Amino acid sequence: MNLLEKLDAAATARKSLLPDGVGAFGIPIEEVYSATEARIGDRRVLLLGTNNYLGLTFAPECIQAAHQAIDKEGTGTTGSRMANGSYFGHRALEREFADFYQCSNGIVFTTGYQANLGTISGLVGPGDTVLIDGDSHASIYDGCILSGADIVRFKHNDAADMEKRLRRLGNRVETTLIIAEGIYSMLGDQAPLAEIIKIKKQYGCILLLDEAHSLGVLGETGQGLVEKTGLLNEVDFITGTFSKSLCSIGGFCVSNHPQLEQLRYVSHPYIFTASPSPATIASTRAALELLRKGSHLREQLWKNCTQLYTQLKQTGYQLGPDPGPVIAAILETPQQALLMWKSLLEHNIYVNLILPPAAPEGKSLVRCSVNAAHTSEQIQYVGDTFAKLYDLVNA
Amino acid sequence: MSETDYNQIVQLLCDRLTSLSKVPEVSIAPETNLITQLSIDSIKLLNLIMEIEDTFDISIPINALTDIQTVGELAALVHKIKSAS
Repeated sequence: MNLLEKLDAAATARKSLLPDGVGAFGIPIEEVYSATEARIGDRRVLLLGTNNYLGLTFAPECIQAAHQAIDKEGTGTTGSRMANGSYFGHRALEREFADFYQCSNGIVFTTGYQANLGTISGLVGPGDTVLIDGDSHASIYDGCILSGADIVRFKHNDAADMEKRLRRLGNRVETTLIIAEGIYSMLGDQAPLAEIIKIKKQYGCILLLDEAHSLGVLGETGQGLVEKTGLLNEVDFITGTFSKSLCSIGGFCVSNHPQLEQLRYVSHPYIFTASPSPATIASTRAALELLRKGSHLREQLWKNCTQLYTQLKQTGYQLGPDPGPVIAAILETPQQALLMWKSLLEHNIYVNLILPPAAPEGKSLVRCSVNAAHTSEQIQYVGDTFAKLYDLVNA
Repeated sequence: MSETDYNQIVQLLCDRLTSLSKVPEVSIAPETNLITQLSIDSIKLLNLIMEIEDTFDISIPINALTDIQTVGELAALVHKIKSAS
């Protein structure tokens, strides 16, 4: 089989899962009306499949900041952070992230994906070990692969299993990096951070926590799981993304280890790409300010999450263990999930469809992402529609 | 570890792969290709590796699997790691 034939085979497998030209992946959004509504084809749909957790995509403060940055600094930096791409805004945002997490150091990356790629591949290398949760995001897997370190997985959210695998490493624990996530993107569950930290201290390892989905969502000021658990000072490196609660694109890493600065000189995903555009940086800085003082947004978000999670649970859907902004209905077969996804769209609700092997345990997911801008009536409509479709997909 | 140990690993892998394979009619042997003949998806393979790690109390880095294509090659990797531990 040549290279192109291999791609053809993959395309055939994909089409067998999504017959009739169903465009669940990469669906064209024609117009965006607000943080909660858009047009798909000729339908005005409710957006329940975005990561816009605080609903800030149209925040006037962010839009104005982005406009001003374009007028003042142009559309792009056209260069790497290592060369001409470190403007005042980039450096200011790094200081603001470090301040937010009460850390001495912060680095801004061009995407959240690159934040994990760049941090992991900068911290470990061949001969070192990364011990990662089995349900880790692809950016974590890819960062580990790029690093050349030995990759060992532990069972999802199972600290005892992690300890067992750490013990097997013997004296290699000294050069082992443990990686976990604040909120996992598939089922919306949270890492058992206190248990992980207890073990990592016992073995003397370094811990990286990815707060991509938990930033802005957990904790009084929105730092994430570190704030919710009061364990900020126990985590060595925190990464995150701008593309969820902060409504732009980019990523960061903060730490109290001064060695973080060295990543600027060794991390290819940091060096060999252009830095974020001035507008992106400006809107992110404005959004971070809103996030920090956004306890009212988090309050509304959690009200919405609890409303939908409770209603779906009462209807009989199998859900992830923790209520939160990521609420996934777990279905046994891809056919059930596809039917559910299509039926929801026919009821003008857009959600995410996740099929094996992307979904855990070979299951399929219809995943909702709730945000603070959804009204109680919108959430009620989504819950009612799921209830209406329950018998259809479970027939 | 001895040749006997290697054969035991092969037997154990064949037993587990029989239950995981999407192609039940394929008789599993050391030369059986994990992907092209058994259609084992990546997640199932990674979960199988965790099981093997627990069975033999060893660590198998998943990047060591890059060159593994057949049941026999996987058994040889497990045997090598176990022998060195």
